[in-house]
Amino acid sequence: MMVSPAGWRCQPKMDANPAPPLQATIEFSEVTYRIAPSPAPAIVSDISLTIPHGETLILLGRSGSGKTTLLKLVNALLLPTGGQVLVQGRSTSNWDAIRLRRGIGYVIQEAGLFPHFTVAENIGLVPTLEKWDKPRITARVEELLTLVGLDPRDFADRRPHQLSGGQRQRVGVARALAADPQILLMDEPFGALDPVTRAELQREFRALALRLRKTIVFVTHDLREALLLASQIVLLQAGRIVCTAAPQEFLRFDHPEVRAFTASLDPAAGVPA
Amino acid sequence: MTTWTFFIEHRSEIAEATLSHLTLVIIAMGIAIAVAVPLGMLIVEHATLRNIALGLASIFQTIPSLALFGFLIPIPFIGGIGRRTAIVALVLYALLPILRNTYVGLTGIDPAVLEAAKAMGMTGTQILWRVRLPLALSVILAGIRTATIITIGVATIAAAIGAGGLGTFIFRGVAMVSDAVILAGAIPAALLALIADIFLGWVERRLKVV
Repeated sequence: MMVSPAGWRCQPKMDANPAPPLQATIEFSEVTYRIAPSPAPAIVSDISLTIPHGETLILLGRSGSGKTTLLKLVNALLLPTGGQVLVQGRSTSNWDAIRLRRGIGYVIQEAGLFPHFTVAENIGLVPTLEKWDKPRITARVEELLTLVGLDPRDFADRRPHQLSGGQRQRVGVARALAADPQILLMDEPFGALDPVTRAELQREFRALALRLRKTIVFVTHDLREALLLASQIVLLQAGRIVCTAAPQEFLRFDHPEVRAFTASLDPAAGVPA
Repeated sequence: MTTWTFFIEHRSEIAEATLSHLTLVIIAMGIAIAVAVPLGMLIVEHATLRNIALGLASIFQTIPSLALFGFLIPIPFIGGIGRRTAIVALVLYALLPILRNTYVGLTGIDPAVLEAAKAMGMTGTQILWRVRLPLALSVILAGIRTATIITIGVATIAAAIGAGGLGTFIFRGVAMVSDAVILAGAIPAALLALIADIFLGWVERRLKVV
């Protein structure tokens, strides 16, 4: 456990007036995160950001720019060393971490599926932890498999190693949606897929996101993916926000890091003829 | 006197010694598993305890078995002549492979799987019982298998401190300079080890998660 020097962390865990549950907003308020007493620069510094309900926010940046760290600050896998992260109006330090995480879906690269569970058991995990009854879990698993484009009769009893990369990722998304969380965190979920499968999943996910109206925070280093999925793009560089923009404005931004990313769209740019 | 006729003539004695040998091994392994597996689960989170436990278990492993039996004789309560002392020594020998494999199995899990488990809101206890242990089971069992083979072998030496078992024939055969008598102890011991290896290997494969 971390010792909490700041006063606001010592408040009681249970808020007398909890925020209305359906407004799944996330707010970063002057957030800094550094690995304990290290003199090295912070991994992210001075991040202030509001993510309104229903928005798909893309955290874009190179490797090491701090985007995964920001994501982990949302579900209290990390706690800020400065400032605070508010989820539904309550600081992540004041949330019961287990409760907070059960209400937030999480999808990572290579899916992180449990190899000893079947597809159905993987998807049904959070409902099982939440002690739903069996028929309800089974029904939910079938509903979700159908939602992500996998036939329940064919896939429910398979093990993760019997799936292709794209199928595993679909199961990963279904698992994150299982208990109907209002917030989804996605860390380069399509990063390890071949380009064709990736494009397919991106298109389907875009349609799914528009339909489900979840608050989504999505980490990627792929500008193309960012432009396709984002309602808002946040570009990070060395732990700081370079700019925040809607996809159509983003390309017009005049900043070296933005230009570096737009140049990545056109591999031929800058190559002498 | 050929080995074969010795076997025929002493078959009930050999069977009895085999049974007593097996009992010795089963009791020692039961205790070793009951100690080493929970200890292995404990040292995953506690670095200091881990170094102490693995260090001690390694030291026991380096003491020559005959010497270990000898050392234990004068110790009150656990020592003396007979089965009890033998069981204590066998347990000390069996600890390291089980302890080490439990630790390695529990910590060698894909970090992405553990991160997903945590991010989905599983508590530490839930992660241990529902994710880490099932995934580590085949590695833990491999440790138990190694320990069992070692114990079956070392248990023959327990006869030196009066614990009985198949070692009785081996020591008697050495004293009598009789291959037949030595083999009457050695062959059943080797067969026990072989059968245990095959059986536990089969269980291990059954528990393996691809």
